[in-house]
Amino acid sequence: MLEPERTRKPVLARHFLERVLQSSLMLPILAVFTALVIGALFIAASSPAVIAAWLNFSQAPLQAFSVTWSTIRNGYAALLEGSFGNPRKILEAFVQMRQTGEARALLEALRPFSESLVIATPYIFAGLAVALSFRGGLFNIGVEGQLFVGGLASVYVGYSMTGLPAYIHLPLALLAGVLAGAVWGAIPGLLKARTGAHEVINTIMMNYIAFRLTDFMLQGPMARPDNLPITPEIRPSAYLVTLFPRPVRLHAGFFLSLLIAVLVYWFLWKTTYGLEIRMVGANARAARYAGVRITRITVLTMALSGALAGLAGANQVLGVDHRMVRAFSTGYGFDSIALALLGNSHPLGVVLAALLFGFLRGGAARMQSVAGVPVEIIRIVQGLVIIFIAAPAIIRSLYHLQPQQHIGAELTQAASGGGQQE
Amino acid sequence: MTIQSAKGGRRGRKELAMGLLCLTLAALIVLALRPGTDGQLSTFSLTSYRGGMTIKAPDMVMQTSSALLLLAALAALIGTWQLLRGTARIATLLAAVSAIGISAFLIWATRGKSLNLTGMLVSSIVRATPIALAALSGIYSERSGVVNIGIEGMMLTGAFLAAVVASITRNMLAGVLGGIAGGLALAVLHGILSIRFKVEQVISGTGIIILALGLTSYLQRAVLNLRPELNQPGPAMPAVAIPFLGKIPVLGPIVFNQSPIVYALIGLIFVTHIVLYQTRWGLRLRAVGEHPRAADTLGIDVFRTRYACVLISGAIAGLAGAYMSIGSAGRFNEGMTAGKGFLGLAAMIFGNWNPAGSFLGALIFGFFDSWQEKLAILQVGIPSDLLGMTPYIATMLVLAGVVGRARGPAASGQPYDKL
Repeated sequence: MLEPERTRKPVLARHFLERVLQSSLMLPILAVFTALVIGALFIAASSPAVIAAWLNFSQAPLQAFSVTWSTIRNGYAALLEGSFGNPRKILEAFVQMRQTGEARALLEALRPFSESLVIATPYIFAGLAVALSFRGGLFNIGVEGQLFVGGLASVYVGYSMTGLPAYIHLPLALLAGVLAGAVWGAIPGLLKARTGAHEVINTIMMNYIAFRLTDFMLQGPMARPDNLPITPEIRPSAYLVTLFPRPVRLHAGFFLSLLIAVLVYWFLWKTTYGLEIRMVGANARAARYAGVRITRITVLTMALSGALAGLAGANQVLGVDHRMVRAFSTGYGFDSIALALLGNSHPLGVVLAALLFGFLRGGAARMQSVAGVPVEIIRIVQGLVIIFIAAPAIIRSLYHLQPQQHIGAELTQAASGGGQQE
Repeated sequence: MTIQSAKGGRRGRKELAMGLLCLTLAALIVLALRPGTDGQLSTFSLTSYRGGMTIKAPDMVMQTSSALLLLAALAALIGTWQLLRGTARIATLLAAVSAIGISAFLIWATRGKSLNLTGMLVSSIVRATPIALAALSGIYSERSGVVNIGIEGMMLTGAFLAAVVASITRNMLAGVLGGIAGGLALAVLHGILSIRFKVEQVISGTGIIILALGLTSYLQRAVLNLRPELNQPGPAMPAVAIPFLGKIPVLGPIVFNQSPIVYALIGLIFVTHIVLYQTRWGLRLRAVGEHPRAADTLGIDVFRTRYACVLISGAIAGLAGAYMSIGSAGRFNEGMTAGKGFLGLAAMIFGNWNPAGSFLGALIFGFFDSWQEKLAILQVGIPSDLLGMTPYIATMLVLAGVVGRARGPAASGQPYDKL
């Protein structure tokens, strides 16, 4: 499709353009962009003002367009401001701090940015969980449930153990979440390896069991003394430390998540087990002939994936909520599927995608309060992103990109558990 | 392969384990359930009070402790026989053990009280209906070689559109058609993605679920909450009793006094069975799912067959959604399908991709779904949240126990590339 342009453009510009269009980042960027454009249509179509303006199209045709445009612009402007903060406010507050030494205004102005990072943190953990399972040729849809049990275990250690110093209590609480998630993930892994039961259905079943378990725990054994369905607050010694004064809530969990991302990269690409996991994901039969014990690797992959998901739950409980409530996760586990795909199941890609989702989610809250657009718009965008990433042909034909050989091929193979089918 | 050699030894161990399981069950019934039930009676009422109509039937009254002893003896007998000369029919045995265990638990839970068994079975059918429809939906799609994990999403859109269309038109039939259209719309998307673009089908399905969840929740908050009249399709579709047959004690209320969609389901099961196994198109459909290349060579249009099957699958999923919103809840709620689509897929696997078997699987899930509520009324002392886990645990057990023998269509999940 670029063929005719080739003769017209100067050599250097053409080269640059092709490099950009062919870079592996282009597809995800265009996918997100297209999803946001379609999201804009939904914002416009569900706004009463826009509908009224269009019903009045014959009288004031220009107004219909301007109302539509301003509705979309207001919505996305609120989204941007909610996710990054207002640049002018930040600048003013910064100047004020330089002059008076008063940091409070600056912290207040930076709060949206920090909130986005706080939201991105569980996304990083959960996205890594899904990505790891993809690399092993398994599809862990059970991240949501593993997140819940991880949260339950962490909160229990967090409030029931007393008198421990922070350097013991916090790791212990994190470990509890990790182990609970690992067990929750290992069960479907074991069933898959031993009986061939598809992990997609079993992880979903484990999700529902985890939700019921949470309901039960919060109403019974772990309920607060006043019998509200909330657990007691955890001891401060189990808090993931916050790094700035209130109202900035950014906590150590964010940096832990970056560290874990590096660890996952190291594990998958620099260790024998990591290699075996990727071998099983790429071609289970070949891996078997190469001497990889499929059963063991399947269980290991699911357990590690569950462990990362459990860490996401522990992070929420120890870093943000400090207690467990029923609506403790707002679909982090499901969104993480989208971001693992978006990040090409690579730790760096997952971190970038998680940051993007964190900013989207952080901004969406403001979009709802200021522009009256329900937060669920983000989920529509996520669904579309999955579809566009999975079917790169759609995006390519939309933007006349040249087909690429490698991107997505390995991923979609791995993502279905395709590697494990025989 | 290497598994072959190991199989002989493993089967022997499995038979031993089954025998021991039977004996354990017998011991559990005698030691855990029986104590303290002396002189108590378990009453199972069979009279139906459905829809303000009383259909009388005699009560089933039994001595709790002797009934339990009888069941324990039965379990012990099967277990001993299994240990002495084991049978290979593990699935049958598992079914027998589960039936004995569940009956024993129900008899124990009902001690000194009364449980309306007919009511429980009626509600089992009601709860099984969306699951069975989802299973049928899965059968059409997977038999043609397209994995459809997005049924859950198609049901959700179906439920949403059914509620909205029924609210606008004040007509239930229009609502049902709207629901079917909702399922179809997403099926078109799934078809294009998985057949034309050859997207990994599980990913496409997951995208569809998230998209459907987002769309319906978004539209509910952005539109329905502002204009509640769009989500008032009126009371749930009433049950329609079939004359004469509906008056048969016990059987009448369970099978012949249900919502029209339940009848549609029963009809669909028969039709699907005939289509799959008695018609030329059904043979082609199965050929496409088993070996598309061979089917193509014989002149069958693989793509068209798969599109048709995915669309039928979407329509049935939409019907299931319509049943959930206007057929039973009487409105649309966010995320109201709550995993019914996935349970349907499990039922499909349980039934080995056959309509009748899947219906049986759906009935089992429906039964576990309804017993949670009934046992809560009986106050067994087990928290309802824990009882609520049983359908999901049952699914996992069923998958683990059955799937080893179950074999899906060979080409299911593989995009077809015409060379």
